[in-house]
Amino acid sequence: MTVEVRLPTLLRPSAGGAASVTLDGATVGEVLQDLERAHPALAGQVLTADGSLHRFVNVYLNDDDVRYLDKLDTKVGEGDVVSILPAVAGGAS
Amino acid sequence: MAMTDPGPGASGPAGLAMSARVQAEMVAHCLRAFPDEGCGLLAGDAATGRAVTCYPTRNAAASARLYTVDPRDHLRADRDAEAAGHTILGVFHSHTHTDPYPSPTDVAQAPDPSWHYVLVSLRDELASVRSYRIVGGRVTEEPVAVLG
Repeated sequence: MTVEVRLPTLLRPSAGGAASVTLDGATVGEVLQDLERAHPALAGQVLTADGSLHRFVNVYLNDDDVRYLDKLDTKVGEGDVVSILPAVAGGAS
Repeated sequence: MAMTDPGPGASGPAGLAMSARVQAEMVAHCLRAFPDEGCGLLAGDAATGRAVTCYPTRNAAASARLYTVDPRDHLRADRDAEAAGHTILGVFHSHTHTDPYPSPTDVAQAPDPSWHYVLVSLRDELASVRSYRIVGGRVTEEPVAVLG
């Protein structure tokens, strides 16, 4: 499957400045592995060393957070859009 | 207006500007969220540091001590801002009982050195708003200009 992956501002310099890239894979995890292959500077910024999703990022398939789907095993379809955004959190404590 | 050096690694303007409407929407959202911390995103022109849109978001942590910008609200805000030709400039959240200064949690979890980190303190009767840059764990306050 060919899908568009949209990158957050923070990661664009590691992908040659691109806001989005076209990648292949049958699942979100495979697409993100393809992202790391295409742009090695992104290694470790989206997926951890053991291949799971980094807790400082949110990954979406179209409108849905993949943590509430099948996580990295979520299947993608032709023309789907995978978006990556920073997880934004903090607080007084 | 005095400018504060945001420190090495920061990019963009050394200051945040917003309309009175954006500021009012931000404070109103934090008051609605009380006693939980309220949070949201600010969008506008990254080159000038002027926020023109306030995106209130749900606090997925639903806590008086922590906030997590609801991921789906974040995606929606990001898309809306991009469609309007804007970018997300930063995040705001409230401290309900403490100073408007980034906590160690805020600093440790600050995702983007180019962002403005806005704190709304509801500790006193009159809400106070401060903005910071957080770069490599170093916190620098920056001026906030409220425009008409």
